[in-house]
Amino acid sequence: MTTSANAGIVRRKGVGAKVGRIVLFTVLGLFCVYYLMPLWVVVVTSLKSLDEIRAGSLLGLPQAPSFAAWGKAWSSACVGVRCDGLAPYVWNSVAMVIPAVALSTFLGAIAGYALTKWRFPGADTIFALMLFGAFIPFQVVLLPMARVLGILDLAGSVLGLVLVHTVYGLAFTTLFFRNFFVGVSNGIVDAAKIDGAGFFSIFFRIMLPMAPPVIVVTVIWQFTQIWNDFLFGVAFTVGDSNPVTVALNNLVATSTGVKEYNVDMAAAVIAALPTLLVYVVAGKYFVRGLAAGAVKG
Amino acid sequence: MASIHLRDVWKRFGATEVIKGVSLDFDDGEFVVLVGPSGCGKSTLLNLVAGLETLSSGTIRIGDKVVDDVPPKDRNIAMVFQSYALYPTKTVRDNITFGMVTRRVPQEVQDDALKEVSELLHIDHLLARKPGQLSGGQRQRVAMGRALVRKPDVFLFDEPLSNLDAKLRIEMRTEIKKLHLRLGQTVVYVTHDQVEAMTLASRIAVMDNGHIRQFADPATIYEEPVDLFVAGFMGSPPMNMLPGVIRRDGAPCVEVANGGAGPIRFPLAADAAAITATEGQKVVLGLRPETIFAAGSRLPGPDRFVFEARVEVIEPTGPDTMLVFAFGDTEVIARVEPDSPATVGEAFRFEVDMAKAKLFDAASGKRLSAPR
Repeated sequence: MTTSANAGIVRRKGVGAKVGRIVLFTVLGLFCVYYLMPLWVVVVTSLKSLDEIRAGSLLGLPQAPSFAAWGKAWSSACVGVRCDGLAPYVWNSVAMVIPAVALSTFLGAIAGYALTKWRFPGADTIFALMLFGAFIPFQVVLLPMARVLGILDLAGSVLGLVLVHTVYGLAFTTLFFRNFFVGVSNGIVDAAKIDGAGFFSIFFRIMLPMAPPVIVVTVIWQFTQIWNDFLFGVAFTVGDSNPVTVALNNLVATSTGVKEYNVDMAAAVIAALPTLLVYVVAGKYFVRGLAAGAVKG
Repeated sequence: MASIHLRDVWKRFGATEVIKGVSLDFDDGEFVVLVGPSGCGKSTLLNLVAGLETLSSGTIRIGDKVVDDVPPKDRNIAMVFQSYALYPTKTVRDNITFGMVTRRVPQEVQDDALKEVSELLHIDHLLARKPGQLSGGQRQRVAMGRALVRKPDVFLFDEPLSNLDAKLRIEMRTEIKKLHLRLGQTVVYVTHDQVEAMTLASRIAVMDNGHIRQFADPATIYEEPVDLFVAGFMGSPPMNMLPGVIRRDGAPCVEVANGGAGPIRFPLAADAAAITATEGQKVVLGLRPETIFAAGSRLPGPDRFVFEARVEVIEPTGPDTMLVFAFGDTEVIARVEPDSPATVGEAFRFEVDMAKAKLFDAASGKRLSAPR
């Protein structure tokens, strides 16, 4: 073994082994191409002019790359009857995702902490019931939720959507934090109790500072779920309060003569960009944190 | 400084009874060790004193204050945990001062207390580090520092040394004893290690299955165990337990079966002979390994008995050598001088000091003692 990357892996040598590895990597490479193809088509198409798209080279590089379609998708494409592009809807989504992620993560952290470190009779039952929420198909709750939003006078508003996402995110955020805090020694909490700290003092000064890995996991998970949500957005908002996912659908569906594929593609990338960014920036914590939670849980 | 009084303390988890009616009184400034096998309830009892568990029934007083409904932070106690339970995200300094910060102790007082404790425990050069950067022994010291810094009435130790390696454990044991001599606070110390119990305690409470078997000073526990459990738990290697019967047809003795070789009669020492055990009563003869030695290797004394047995295993430990032989089905360990000329498979002449022998009733397990 000359390369350090290979250190520690003992392999058989010989022609058969070599052929096996070539086949293996060929197959893996093909899968990569297969999965990356749609993204490639979307991105290159968004950079092409309509004429070039009509000429029919789906996979080829754009001859004169231009961000004109992106500009149009952002600020002047028509979504329904309104022609301000995706921008106002992106801001809707931002206004929804930030409070919803913050609230559901914070509440999940407190719930996970209480369920593991301040054990009370029925704690396991409550956790099992909360876990149940993670497996309910969201279509089931559409009608009752619509009624609740109506009663609260939050129907059709971004605020209502924040409430819905916070409530339905709790099942997952509680699960994540519970599985993390279960692995924290009870002795630490006992020591803090003897040191004179109470419920919230222990939470904020001892437990939360230990939790960055699981906080990152939960934030990424919730951000992706809420940003990408279409069902609640389309069901509980109207027109100007739509999140970007619904607006994207409407933008693509709005036909005023010629179908502008480059604008549609640019809009799709714009709508997907925040989640992509979150994965690129914090993806390594995500994998690490999920694995840790799985082992400890 | 405070005494501790437990009255009829019960603790149940659901249907499981963990502490079954314990009453104990610890004097002010005493070093009490709770010792017993795993699962005997000793840690639960400590948690009850700390206020980390609720009482099922009974009452606990610290000093003259009933603390049944007092949360741990108001009991003026400090505790050292087996896992150390240091706050992993805080520096050593913040770990030690956390208790004072939550109690809003003035900064100057905190600084003085921190300085005193960190110098006492030789951790003043570690204050800026996080627990993850410390060795096991250093973490142990920080955990002690966190307990010491608040000058509590009572120190509670929950198996504080069991995560350390053997050498460090002996060092820290001595240091804990020195600290107690110097500070003089009441200490309740839980361990499953009977050597720790013997070396540290002013009094030992031997626990088994939720009961206190015996509560006495170390010498009494060792020399006058109340029953077979205490006798077998304290001492390493453990006391040899030979089942036998009382014979009074000549000089009073215990007859121990010895397989095909015919029974051996161990004559009882003068005060043991006065025990009100009847002819034919089934008993257990308890002989500590150090009371069996090579015949003639010590100055002659009263109540000695010499016998021969075939050595099965020789275990040199350095200062002593353990010789293992058997009476019938019972293995017996003798502690002899390392230069004793024993050979595996050959007979060896042993001498036993019957004045140190203990007699137990085979049925009840209680020790039989002469009326005084």
